[in-house]
Amino acid sequence: MSRVRVLVGTRKGAFVLTSDGTRERWDVSGPHFGGWEIYHLKGSPADPNRLYASQSSSWFGQVIQRSNDGGKTWQTAGNKLVYEGVPGTHLWYDGTPRPWEFARVWHLEPSLTDPDTVYAGIQDAALFRSVDGAQTWQELPGLRGHKSAPLWQPGAGGLCLHTILLDPSHPGRIFIAISAAGVFRSDDAGTTWQPMNRGLRSEQIPDPTAEVGHCVHRIAMHRSRPGVLFMQKHWDVMRSDDAGDSWHEVSGNLPTDFGFPIDVHAHEPDTIYVVPITSDSEHYPPEGKLRVYRSRTGGNEWEALTQGLPQRDCYVNVLRDAMAIDALDPCGLYFGTTGGQVYGSADAGDSWAPIVRDLPPVLSVEVQTLP
Amino acid sequence: MIRVVLPTHLRTLARVNGEVELDVEGPATLRAVLDALEARYPMLHGTIRDHSTQQRRAFVRFFACEQDLSHASPDAPLPDAVATGTEPLLIVGAMAGG
Repeated sequence: MSRVRVLVGTRKGAFVLTSDGTRERWDVSGPHFGGWEIYHLKGSPADPNRLYASQSSSWFGQVIQRSNDGGKTWQTAGNKLVYEGVPGTHLWYDGTPRPWEFARVWHLEPSLTDPDTVYAGIQDAALFRSVDGAQTWQELPGLRGHKSAPLWQPGAGGLCLHTILLDPSHPGRIFIAISAAGVFRSDDAGTTWQPMNRGLRSEQIPDPTAEVGHCVHRIAMHRSRPGVLFMQKHWDVMRSDDAGDSWHEVSGNLPTDFGFPIDVHAHEPDTIYVVPITSDSEHYPPEGKLRVYRSRTGGNEWEALTQGLPQRDCYVNVLRDAMAIDALDPCGLYFGTTGGQVYGSADAGDSWAPIVRDLPPVLSVEVQTLP
Repeated sequence: MIRVVLPTHLRTLARVNGEVELDVEGPATLRAVLDALEARYPMLHGTIRDHSTQQRRAFVRFFACEQDLSHASPDAPLPDAVATGTEPLLIVGAMAGG
């Protein structure tokens, strides 16, 4: 019978949650790297026992960990992520130039085909790649060398490259998203990049339809249809049907179109999920009700999924990397909250139950479907 | 032989218990000790000082003989008691974060 392994990054360590295909009973291991912030950990699609983790702290900086046995044991990998050439400047919150400075790895995206190749999205925003199992890292400098880069400004969480999507049907096509610059696409394996923000509208910037400057919180695709992208922007849920060339809004009847994560059903490429959050200053669900919203129409028409989720006095947030979907049928959904709960659904979101309730604030959730 | 006491999280990272004992070639300076420490425990690269600038990370402090050496030149001689192994060099995570 298939199994699932849920990888949870928190403010104070990593946790690995495992279950059989029923997803009813869970084993919890951790904290791994207790006391450290684990912004993200993720397994290789090509070798599910190969995991990568981003471990960091204000005291001791960035560490990268690698596991070859599904998270039972870990080895320290390389942490030398140094910008290529003279870093130059981006804009600071007050609009003044500020030198690029490494802060942390936000997201690790293993290659779809090679367990030793992994991409890292970092703050201040840049994309790095390792081809030796995270022992050494090289920047893909074409992104930060884009002519718009000196004008990029940080979002509230910093100038972070937080999303990396590898197109399974177009080798060499990579999508990334940066808060608050927007979406960029490369069609040549990361050598050159183009902004992909046409159709986005952000009233919080001087030119609401600018080519760059949008606070994109998350983008998602379905493997079977990588030309269709979904986006949770700071405000607005968006959709592209042309691989990011243009976007249109699909917020529809959501109670608020602010939020962080967005994800796609494992088997229905037009079924998508978001977690509406009240506003950018009120990082909690509307009315104190924690609701996942599902659209079976690729957006615009949304239904609230509430069974098993707290429907009163709930004021947690769900961060951008903290939702994941397994590949079983029916697919399972998982998300973690800033209150330390990880909720799971074994029926595509119809009903939910907490897997764990009292972890440190959850930063990221990934899931692996295992044979 | 120079004795170094690492903070808990770096002991865990380096997989050591208790003090670390290092043989340092040449004059016993902070730089020489950190070079020897990182050579023995490569996983500590970047956790005490920046990869590129070699500057001490802001929330890391160096204490010895009841003195704060954090702002001393990395090439200044360490106190004799540290150089002879009578007293340890303490690498400390600064009090921060509540």
